[in-house]
Amino acid sequence: MTALAAALGHAPHPGTERRPVRRLGLIGPLLVLVLLFVYPIAMVVRQTFEDRVGHPAGAVAWREVLSSPQFRNAAMTTVETAVAATVSCVVIGTFIAIVLAFVPFPGARVLARLTTVILAFPSFFIALSFGVLYGRVGVASSLIEAVTGHAEAMGGFIYTKWVVVLAEVTFYSPFVVRSVYAACQRVRTEQLQVAASLGAKPWRVTREVLLPELLPSIVAGGSLTLLLTLNEFGIVLFIGAKGVTTLPVLIYSSGILQFDYPSAAVLACVQVALSLLLYGAGRWAAHWMGGRHAGLD
Amino acid sequence: MLVWTNRGRSGVLTVFAVLVVVLLLAPLAVVLAGAVARQWTGVLPSSLTARHLRDAFAADDQASLIVSLQTAVVAGAVAVAVGTWAALVADGLSRVMRGVVDTVFMLPAGVPSVVIGFGLLVAYSRPPVVLNGTRTLVIAAQTALVLSFAYSTVSAGIARLDRALFTQAASLGARPLRVLLTIRLPLLLPSIGAAAALAMALCMGELGATIMVYPPSWRTLPVTIYTLSDRGNVFLASATTLVLLVVTALLLAVIGRLSAAMVRRT
Repeated sequence: MTALAAALGHAPHPGTERRPVRRLGLIGPLLVLVLLFVYPIAMVVRQTFEDRVGHPAGAVAWREVLSSPQFRNAAMTTVETAVAATVSCVVIGTFIAIVLAFVPFPGARVLARLTTVILAFPSFFIALSFGVLYGRVGVASSLIEAVTGHAEAMGGFIYTKWVVVLAEVTFYSPFVVRSVYAACQRVRTEQLQVAASLGAKPWRVTREVLLPELLPSIVAGGSLTLLLTLNEFGIVLFIGAKGVTTLPVLIYSSGILQFDYPSAAVLACVQVALSLLLYGAGRWAAHWMGGRHAGLD
Repeated sequence: MLVWTNRGRSGVLTVFAVLVVVLLLAPLAVVLAGAVARQWTGVLPSSLTARHLRDAFAADDQASLIVSLQTAVVAGAVAVAVGTWAALVADGLSRVMRGVVDTVFMLPAGVPSVVIGFGLLVAYSRPPVVLNGTRTLVIAAQTALVLSFAYSTVSAGIARLDRALFTQAASLGARPLRVLLTIRLPLLLPSIGAAAALAMALCMGELGATIMVYPPSWRTLPVTIYTLSDRGNVFLASATTLVLLVVTALLLAVIGRLSAAMVRRT
């Protein structure tokens, strides 16, 4: 076996002499992955070239969907909300992580733990609370009314796409906090103290010493957030504002509510391509920055 | 450490507190308070009631809760078993093969849950295998979604193991199976426990894939909560969400205890 592995050009690895046997061991997990993921996605692609009853239909579904205003609106809304939410998450998440790590106050550790607990919760619970918080006669409106005397100050905010952005910021900021907070713990505080003792103001220390150090983790957290906000379904579905439809919600409504499998399949293909493309770009950027930074260090 | 003047410090902490209260604590507090609110059209609920919490445990929701628990436990267990198996095998592969396997197992995490659910619906609504309208498809959907997380959690655990232990055991004549059963798996128990906890927590709250494939006889708690919220029954939805969060936390605690006990015994 070892001879075979060596003949194939692989260096023997301690404890892994039986490489061909090991490769065979992958068949089980890969079979599960094929049944649960690869075959279904392949069938979705096939569905795009069929009509509703399963007869071959060429690219009819593609033409219909891609030229429909509904699709364009949903695609625009998906990208707009995801980008707006990601940028806000990156700014807010980085700020929270830096304060948690470098501006000590009682309870900082508990709070850091709490932000990661939120990550195990379903996203829709945020949306559920938003009707009460930001509705026409909700908590925010009542607070503003109590202070300024303006009734229903939030107006129709709950029916705009900005409420989706706010909900996504609420739910996904902790992902950036977790990524950046972990990187903060690896920063040598001497660096910050030296910069400060040389007379640099806090903002300058942050901008010129801390942020470059944290950049790879910020980009990593940001690209993950972009992927998750592009794919977000629960928040948009629960808020359910009429004009605010994203691609995942459109896939649900055309596939399940209208039984239009070919259209839903086309939308699913576009969505997957879009998500993987943007996520790949983010990962590549993180890798590139991480590598460049390591090279300088 | 970073901000020294008192004024700067209190300024930064004020902004921080506002962000944390508005973003993190307010939604949590609203779900908590909404669960016991009779009416809420001001800053605080106008009167409280335990009715919603009682209803959240009534027949309909209780059935959903049990469905959710069963689905999460089965899907989580399958995902962790398959993910652990794949991670153990991938550990010995060459760099290139390793990269391919990592990418393939991480792909489902990059695809929206709605698409995973839709894919299973399309694929298994036609021959050779017809599963639409069965609970098997719901379990399959949730397994597909959490498989990546199980794989990456156990892989990270394997990367932290001390390889010298296996080579020593092997040089003393232990067969690979024995090394696996008596050294690698016991050392990996904390990672496997963490993977199980994460997988089951994600399954308990899963909505996107489930809503695409569930039959009326196998309706999970998140789907029930959506139905309630869609009908405008926000307070009962909050109470049911609270039940969901508490049961998820309990499930995590049980898994934590179990894996800690198993670690102690080995």
